[in-house]
Amino acid sequence: MSDTIVTHPLVIGEVGPGCKKVDPIVVADGVTRTFGGLKAVDVAHVEIPRGAITALIGPNGAGKTTFFNLLTGFDKPNTGEWSFEGHSLARVPAFKVARKGMIRTFQLTKSLGRLTVLQNMLLGATKQPGENIFTALIKPLWRTRETEITAKAEDLLARFKLDTKSEDYAASLSGGQRKLLEMARALMSDPVLVMLDEPMAGVNPALTQSLLGHIKELKSEGMSVLFVEHDMHMVRHISDWVIVMAEGKVVAEGPPETVMSDPAVIDAYLGAHHDTDLGDMMEDKNPVLEAQEAAATTAAQREGGH
Amino acid sequence: MDWGQIFNSAAGELLSPVTAAYALAAIGISVHFGYAGLLNFGQAGFMAVGAYAFVVPTLLFDFPMWAGMLSAIAASVIFAFLLGIPTLRLRADYLAIVTIASAEIVRYIVSTTGLTDITGGAAGLSGFNGGFTALNPFPPGSYGFGPWTYTANQLWVRVFGWSIVILAAILVYLLMRSPWGRVVKGIREDEDAVRSLGKNVYGYKMQALVLGGVLGALGGVVYVLPRAVQPSNYGTTLTFFIWTMLLLGGAATVFGPIIGAMIFAVLLTLSDSILRGAIDAGIITFISGTQAGQVRFMIIGLVLMLLVIFRPQGIFGNKKELSFNV
Amino acid sequence: MSHLHQHVPPALRAISAVFGAILIALTLALTLGATSAVAQTTPTPEPTADFTETYTVGGIIRDDDTPLEGVEVEVEGEGFSEIGVTGDDGRWSVNLPAQGEYTATLLPETLPDGVAPRDPDNITRDVNLGTTNTVNVLFPTGAGTQVTSNILDTILTRLVYGLNFGLLLALGAIGISLIYGTTKLNNFAHGEMVTFGGVMFLLFGTTLNWPLIPAVLVTLALSAFVGYAQDAWLLKPLRNKGTGLVQVMIVTIGLSILVRYLFLFFIGGSTQTLDTGITNTVTVGPVTITVASLVSMGISIVILILVGLFLTRTRIGKATRAVSDNASLAAASGINVDRIIRIVWILAATLTGLSGILYGVFRQVNWSMGFQILLLLFAAVTLGGLGSAFGALVGALIIGVVTEVSTVWIPNDLRYAVALLILILVLLVRPQGVLGRKERVG
Repeated sequence: MSDTIVTHPLVIGEVGPGCKKVDPIVVADGVTRTFGGLKAVDVAHVEIPRGAITALIGPNGAGKTTFFNLLTGFDKPNTGEWSFEGHSLARVPAFKVARKGMIRTFQLTKSLGRLTVLQNMLLGATKQPGENIFTALIKPLWRTRETEITAKAEDLLARFKLDTKSEDYAASLSGGQRKLLEMARALMSDPVLVMLDEPMAGVNPALTQSLLGHIKELKSEGMSVLFVEHDMHMVRHISDWVIVMAEGKVVAEGPPETVMSDPAVIDAYLGAHHDTDLGDMMEDKNPVLEAQEAAATTAAQREGGH
Repeated sequence: MDWGQIFNSAAGELLSPVTAAYALAAIGISVHFGYAGLLNFGQAGFMAVGAYAFVVPTLLFDFPMWAGMLSAIAASVIFAFLLGIPTLRLRADYLAIVTIASAEIVRYIVSTTGLTDITGGAAGLSGFNGGFTALNPFPPGSYGFGPWTYTANQLWVRVFGWSIVILAAILVYLLMRSPWGRVVKGIREDEDAVRSLGKNVYGYKMQALVLGGVLGALGGVVYVLPRAVQPSNYGTTLTFFIWTMLLLGGAATVFGPIIGAMIFAVLLTLSDSILRGAIDAGIITFISGTQAGQVRFMIIGLVLMLLVIFRPQGIFGNKKELSFNV
Repeated sequence: MSHLHQHVPPALRAISAVFGAILIALTLALTLGATSAVAQTTPTPEPTADFTETYTVGGIIRDDDTPLEGVEVEVEGEGFSEIGVTGDDGRWSVNLPAQGEYTATLLPETLPDGVAPRDPDNITRDVNLGTTNTVNVLFPTGAGTQVTSNILDTILTRLVYGLNFGLLLALGAIGISLIYGTTKLNNFAHGEMVTFGGVMFLLFGTTLNWPLIPAVLVTLALSAFVGYAQDAWLLKPLRNKGTGLVQVMIVTIGLSILVRYLFLFFIGGSTQTLDTGITNTVTVGPVTITVASLVSMGISIVILILVGLFLTRTRIGKATRAVSDNASLAAASGINVDRIIRIVWILAATLTGLSGILYGVFRQVNWSMGFQILLLLFAAVTLGGLGSAFGALVGALIIGVVTEVSTVWIPNDLRYAVALLILILVLLVRPQGVLGRKERVG
């Protein structure tokens, strides 16, 4: 494999960690973040392709979520630059990142429990003049926009099969429904790039298929998607591109089929030299990974479900 | 025991200017805690800032009434910024510690002997109410009936105080049903989620802090209109009493804080006068009148505990929309 | 719903139990000590009638047992000013026009030669005539000469006083810090545990005239019990019920109000001096300090070292730190978290009771002494880094020294303001406190 040059329609030149993309939406350079001497993130160069579904995978503690937090402005890097659609976003506050069209969700769902489902959705909308404290006092100034975004919210809720719940408090939804709500809410602002942090964690199998469908739909509507995931099945089924992180670094990237059989990836996951295809292993129901995922899922459910 | 007299005085307290002042401060805390989730334990400080910023320029520079009010509002806005800039980016309990400490700093400063020429020191200030009484539109005479019989000046201070309360309630009502209120309530639930949706969380928290603080300062102004301003009134205990009023009525409601302030005032007056009446009538012999005055505060403490444990949403709060972050 | 129903009675029982325990202790204080208290420590008439319109402030000034005649005390406030002079029995009193806040200042130049105030830089007392008609003010004096005002000497003296104050604050602050560390609760009723220590020691040591050591031990035992009671009867039921932290914090505010006014109910609004039987002073270079203060500092240091050893060397201490670090992880590794929390409450209450005794010796005892320093305790804990016991010690020393040394340059009545201002400034620069760790965000 190392002597043949591998190419891919998304990539300029050779496929490999940090390779150049034909049309990158995010470009990051030299991003590092340390916690008390420990380098949690140390990404030399990575590009995220536009119009594709990109998965960010890696073992626990690989720095995926921290990298996610850095890109979206929820954490501050020690060093590094990155741009989104050509604009530098380094050290830009989270809310400004979101306004540029890069909307994220959270690993532990953050639905706003004591707001109704509809109010949750309306919060996702942009350009509502009533969110200014002074215009808020005069209803005619924001009524028109409120009607527009309510209609849009109802459409989205119907699409995510939450329309019957729109007047319920978000706290009364199940864990999976909250994931759906969070994703639907993110779409209220017509984002360019949707960043999903473990969208499958804590979701029951019945909802998994519908979530997968929704993510594919995002791509068909022209959005780019970047998601962090533990679940290899999901990665394999829906992603066009996979980036693998281990110990804070990007150790491999490529289309899912190639990456799953990359020895570097297997090393990263198992910490030892194996020449088994990771994808095969998954299908063989590897007990170690199964146990790890189950633990992660229950932990997420416990935290998200109270 | 003269029950008529006891109930008369309690009924009179319902509409007293002190109750109006407490109601304003409680509406302010309702904006902070009930809607935006900010733990402001320094509302007494906002009241003190409002009162002194109203009184001091009135006495020193002959400020007219309106200018004194503006000065109170401006001072509380500045105070809110001073508190908010360092703390609103930190964890919620830091705001609690900083607000409670700042309120005490304000109290120490206005009561220090070094500033007696300006603040009156521990004795406070009086004789600033002339401008307010001069604006009294009511001709001299007796107004009202029963427990609510007032002279023209008493009526004027009540009408003025409660008008501000009503305006504040309308303002909060309009804001909280607007998209602005939606954002603020969202921040109460989870500020990172709201941030991820492109809202400037820090800015909204600051606006809420300023708004609630200004209401507290107006409460401070209404409080001193019929009396002298005294620094000892603005201790931490006052803040705790205002929290009790808020939780009595229900934190995230428009009328809760007003009703809570009324219940608090009546509870305080009733328990005091019933106990004193019982002592005078020889029914209770084992405590003195001074001690009776202390029992009512024990009752307040107990009510606060029982309320928070058994009915955290307050009397008017919605059971589903609980008043606490869990 | 059913589990909620199950836990309602304990919560109610809790309140009545805590209430009851304190009530019993205080009733004991009142019935056993009332007569002797009046006889011993009342230079001016006790408030007899309830609606009398006379308000007085007064006291007795003695050098050891010799009453001092002709000493002047200036009383000011509420636009009023008058000088009281002691008679041949050492008593002075000033009638005041109304309730309110006054200050009483000893005029040291009127003291006889060879007698000086025991705390020469603290000769102004705040007199709060809000709840009583009569307030007694005490100015302990002892052999000595007027300290000449050499700035360096003054700073050194204040520094020693500050260390003493800081050390006794540290005892209470470590209590807050341990409780915060293990339960994440900001306990607003902590000040009342300080007062409890002071009041119980006043009862046993001064009013009942017990010897020093048994009085201290009984006070500490009762303090420990109060800690046990608060956790067992109030906070654990609330934890089991799943009550939110903000909610529990407000419950402790209610408890603080309730207990504080109980103290006022039983001991009245006056300020009383503790009688330790030790009145000698020691002079080292420019610094004159009472033996009692030296003993107090010694006790604080020994106890703080013991607490340090307990936390780092013993199994329970290590478990306590594990719970503070991560309660669920500690539980998962087999530590009985509830038991650790119970131990922490008992330990914290005992330490805080001790700090109340020492604070009573350092200043005086009154019904709200603990509440007055509660914020300083919080400030100490926050300065050092929330939840770190060693940080609380450092924070308390900073607060103690700052409050005392700052009086060299700024008025006495602003010294607590300076401490709180420093707290806010430190939070601006270093939110995690002086010794706290930076937390991982997100």
